Amino acid sequence: MEGKKTPLYDVHVAAGGRIVEFGGWLLPVQYKAGIIAEHKAVRTAAGLFDVSHMGEIWAEGPEALAFLQQLLTNDFTDLADGQTRYSPMCYLDGGTVDDLLVYKFANGRYLIVVNAANIDKDWDWMQKTAAAFKVKLTNASAATAQVALQGPKALKILQKLTTAPAAGLGYYHFLPEGEVAGIKCIISRTGYTGEDGFEIYCDAGKAVALWQAIMAAGKDEGLLPTGLGCRDTLRFECCMPLYGHELSEKITPLMAGLGMFVKLDKKAFNGHDPLVAQKAKGLPQRVMGIELIGRGVARHGFPVKADGKVIGSVTTGSPAPTLGKNMALALIDTAYAKIGNKVAIDIRGKDVEAVIVKKPFYKRAQ
Amino acid sequence: MNVPQNLLYSKDHEWVKVEGNKVTIGITDFAQNQLGDVVFVDTPAPQTEYKAGDALCSVESVKAVSDVYAPVSGMVVDVNEELAGAPQSINEDPYGKGWIASMEMTSKDTDLKALLDAAGYTKLLAEEA
Repeated sequence: MEGKKTPLYDVHVAAGGRIVEFGGWLLPVQYKAGIIAEHKAVRTAAGLFDVSHMGEIWAEGPEALAFLQQLLTNDFTDLADGQTRYSPMCYLDGGTVDDLLVYKFANGRYLIVVNAANIDKDWDWMQKTAAAFKVKLTNASAATAQVALQGPKALKILQKLTTAPAAGLGYYHFLPEGEVAGIKCIISRTGYTGEDGFEIYCDAGKAVALWQAIMAAGKDEGLLPTGLGCRDTLRFECCMPLYGHELSEKITPLMAGLGMFVKLDKKAFNGHDPLVAQKAKGLPQRVMGIELIGRGVARHGFPVKADGKVIGSVTTGSPAPTLGKNMALALIDTAYAKIGNKVAIDIRGKDVEAVIVKKPFYKRAQ
Repeated sequence: MNVPQNLLYSKDHEWVKVEGNKVTIGITDFAQNQLGDVVFVDTPAPQTEYKAGDALCSVESVKAVSDVYAPVSGMVVDVNEELAGAPQSINEDPYGKGWIASMEMTSKDTDLKALLDAAGYTKLLAEEA
């Protein structure tokens, strides 16, 4: 198997991690407990993910904000220092380059966190847009490690290792100069699991010490090391998009149901006019949630049918362990995209009964 | 990996328990471990004939789908209906509660010769590791 290794690769192997290639990286899909046990640990206790493969790009300069406003569909004018905001990033035709997080450190100083598989194309695309602004981009991906501590026990575990005011940290806020187990890091109350939790960024050289300290602190709280397998099933239950599935060069953020992150009233941004036109004309297809009624597991790419014809295809399909049901997200022709509509999913040549249901499939109790 | 002595094995990681002209079939401990948590088993239809090497059914884990091949030729006479409600039996007890189907063999002598004994299968696993 070929791929890049994160600073935690040897730790994963030693812990029984089953290594797979993902977006050019060698990462554990699961550890000894297995995907379902790891999934349940995050829903009921806590899990620790290595997400060091994610890309980190700094945008700095007097026109950094103007650059972000042009580059991204969301609006960052009211983003406060220490606040994080999600946004799709579009091509000029409205297709999606990637989806990402923006962290504001100060006026003129932002950190952009992007998907691992997209780092190179994102970098190229950002450079193109940046040419018109006084902004300097720096790719810090290789020097930065990131772990995600997620689950209802995440705060309790983190508090054993830090005096930073983590409890008072709001969702989508971060501490730029935190310290966990004596290691300097950025502590961000964000995640991709639908549970409370933290994403912690540190220097790549400190990743092993950080990981081991968190695992030790969580030992009595039911903390498990958790792999990519449950990272996917957890985000899937919450219907958070995964680039390459619910978002792509052909799937605009509007089609993915991310309209609240596309501020069409902004004067201009990459993809603005085509997205305004798409909304005015009506979306050709939309990403909808589906529950399988018949037996079987839907998988990415399986056709969705109604009235004897193909009306879409599955973008993600899997068991939803918290629900005990087999669910799917699928891109469906708008005429059929109504909650309660009966459809069929073609599972290797067999039509399996299914119904369109509300998203998300899972929402944690507040 | 658990490789019971009293069973025969296919190179595709099915196990076969022979009782007269009847065989019980499942997937090995190695196979279930490779797959991970099994979430769905599409058991074969009873009273259907298969040739050795035909896809008999599929076993799905959270992330993967794997075909189970008929290790012998013959008629499916019984299937493990319990797997519909408890697919995890394949992980928990691959040689017991995780059995998938039983078949009545049509060409016992040639088919069984093509299978591996426990020592042969253990060697195969060592080569694949």
